[in-house]
Amino acid sequence: MSCALAELPVGTHAIVREVSSPRALRRRLLELGLLPGTRVEVVRRAPLGDPIELRLRGYALSIRRDEAATIEVEQLASARGAAAPAAVAKELAP
Amino acid sequence: MSSAAGAAEASAAPAVVLLVGNPNAGKTTLFNRLAGTRARTGNFPGVTVERRTARRVLPGGVAVEWVDLPGTYSLSARSPEERIAADAVLDSAPAAVVALVDATALQRSLYLVLQVLEAGVPTVVALNMMDEARSAGVEIDRERLAARLGAPVVELVASRGEGVQALAQAVADRLVGAPPEPLHIDYGPAEDALASLAELAPPGVSARAWAAWVLMSVDDEDELDVEPSVRARVREVRAAARAAGIDLDEAVVAARYRFLDGVCAEVQRGDGNPRALTDRIDAVLVHPVAGLVVFAVTMLLVFEALFRWSEPLVGAIEEGIAALQSLVGHLLAPGPFHDLLVDGVVAGVGNVVVFVPQIAILFLFITFLEDSGYLARVAFVIDRLMKGVGLHGKAFVPLLSGFACAVPAVMATRTLADRKDRLVTMLALPLMSCSARLPVYVLLTATVFASEARVGPLSVGALVLLAMYTLSLAGTLGAAAVLRRTVLRGPRPTLVLELPPYRWPLLRNLLTTTWGRVRSFLVDAGTIILALTIVLWALLSYPKDAEVAERYAALREDARATLVEPELSARLETLDGREAADQLERSAAGRLGKLIEPVIEPLGMDWRLGIGVIGAFAAREVFVSTLGIVFGVGGEVDEADHTLRQRLRAATRADGTPLMTPLTGVALMVFFVFACQCMSTVAVVRRESGSWRWPLLMLAYMSALAYVASWLVFRVGEALGWGTG
Repeated sequence: MSCALAELPVGTHAIVREVSSPRALRRRLLELGLLPGTRVEVVRRAPLGDPIELRLRGYALSIRRDEAATIEVEQLASARGAAAPAAVAKELAP
Repeated sequence: MSSAAGAAEASAAPAVVLLVGNPNAGKTTLFNRLAGTRARTGNFPGVTVERRTARRVLPGGVAVEWVDLPGTYSLSARSPEERIAADAVLDSAPAAVVALVDATALQRSLYLVLQVLEAGVPTVVALNMMDEARSAGVEIDRERLAARLGAPVVELVASRGEGVQALAQAVADRLVGAPPEPLHIDYGPAEDALASLAELAPPGVSARAWAAWVLMSVDDEDELDVEPSVRARVREVRAAARAAGIDLDEAVVAARYRFLDGVCAEVQRGDGNPRALTDRIDAVLVHPVAGLVVFAVTMLLVFEALFRWSEPLVGAIEEGIAALQSLVGHLLAPGPFHDLLVDGVVAGVGNVVVFVPQIAILFLFITFLEDSGYLARVAFVIDRLMKGVGLHGKAFVPLLSGFACAVPAVMATRTLADRKDRLVTMLALPLMSCSARLPVYVLLTATVFASEARVGPLSVGALVLLAMYTLSLAGTLGAAAVLRRTVLRGPRPTLVLELPPYRWPLLRNLLTTTWGRVRSFLVDAGTIILALTIVLWALLSYPKDAEVAERYAALREDARATLVEPELSARLETLDGREAADQLERSAAGRLGKLIEPVIEPLGMDWRLGIGVIGAFAAREVFVSTLGIVFGVGGEVDEADHTLRQRLRAATRADGTPLMTPLTGVALMVFFVFACQCMSTVAVVRRESGSWRWPLLMLAYMSALAYVASWLVFRVGEALGWGTG
């Protein structure tokens, strides 16, 4: 199921499908490793609801929800649940 | 420097070794270790980015100059500041590069390293934070990594100095022998575009690395200085790629990360989480409730320190300057040179040094917060409020500091990485009501309102203060929003912020960074402040009117002949005050005050208040002492002085109506809320923005705002018949 990164609930994992931000921002996000095929986790929202904290490639990145709205992702089943296919997780791990 | 001297120096010049790495990778710590006590600070040419260098001799006797480059995640750039690292690596032909890698974020760190290796520059990869990686159970196969990258890899714990010797040795080894082959990454669909761009590469650089840099950096919105032919070619290859359905940006970045996926899978072992401790700390520090409490307490502490802890130090400096003035005063015979030295030069030095405590305290805090990782969380927590007016979360600490003093606050905007974010913050924050405005508010409120006057439960004084602070906050946020939409407009501002792991800051880094800021203030902004102090002093002191001096000399003679103590002393003091007032009226500033009277008259001011405003350009609180002289009370008064208040209340306009009505007072306070009456702010914005353009723009918009706001208050108040009686 694909949706915008901004809509993911806290604690979910997803695979980036497409980054369609304006070029300068897009290039920055790509270079920081947020590119199609990358696995991200939404760790938390800031106390005031925005921005959000992401975990990817072993580090933590914060972006605003406006920016997260331009990133399309494929939500993975809950990582903690047994539903997370180990094979997929392994394949996508950095 | 003459060319002969330049050539002589070049032949003896040490080999330049660059330090590149991500922000938060420990570059400052490593540089301090390598530099020892030899660090020198300057600026990269054309931009206001600090350039730290150190000349040392490596094992084996090779002299090198370490150059610390600004921390960055990539060499690609959109602005001259971001371009510094790329220019240094690709264009300046360094003898070697030390590429610093955070071992706890290996893959992302290596992204930058790949770009360095593509340039074919002799490189040593330094794996920092190895202690954190190991204790989390992450192992990195150093030799395999070296083999994959084609560059030696050294393990490092820079905070404890471990591996620094080995790194120096590896660099020394790297300086001899043939330069390495540039690393080759297969860019697949982007290869054609790169080949086309590489044809335009300047001689002496790796054409492929240069082409990749141009492709990733140049577009129609960047602020780079690039040859038009190169721009045209970029446009061409982009159009061709678009027609072929190729996404060049993604192709280049994906190729690099694909390479790194392979490398990391091969060299990294263990699945521990090096961020486990950080996750536990963040569960509290950015918790929806506890996080806000921690944020509020931290910011209060910063504010309290800036306001209160600096007070005794500022007091001591002021006393010291006064002592120096009286010492110099006693050593020299009275005369113009005596006055220049005492009231111009020594006072000017005082005007500069007096900022040091607040700058030092603020930067100790900021560096502590930044090095510990909490400053990024400050931005994370408060960004929601800041983005509404087009500001970055990191602008919060500078804005808050603006309530104390704009000078350290403007310097604190350096924590903002983006140039436009920094300029918007820098130009808006002098509207925050700083502590130097307080004496002006207090004097004016106490002059025009009876102390027992109340509105409901609040005294009028408290209400006026509250109104002024609210006005200043609204002005600051409004100005930021307007600046963002006008002179500093651009693509929608964004927040892309790494939240680094928490780390314990090193005292040595705190001290060297803080000293670096203080030093740059003293040298760069300090000279401007000193010069402006002397100019202002001269305006307020010259020309001297010999006739006035003679008249008062005669009056003193008279008094001595006819009066006895204690009447004589009282009379002489009165004469001193009157003479100072008469001389000031005839000085350049006095004439200027009269000259601008028609301009400021619609604001309810007369020439005497005009002189006060001119004097206040030295610093807002000088308004009080300047009025003291104008009204014959002398320059030693403070805002609580009753004589000055009485003289102000008694003062009348030419038509006999009182000068200081409540309306005049409020209009004048509103003027001070908005006006850029502070040469030190102008000087420090000149220093931090790198040109006169921005401080002049700030001076212009703040003066216009002050004039219009004050005029509105006065005219509307007058029309409604408020406070004229």
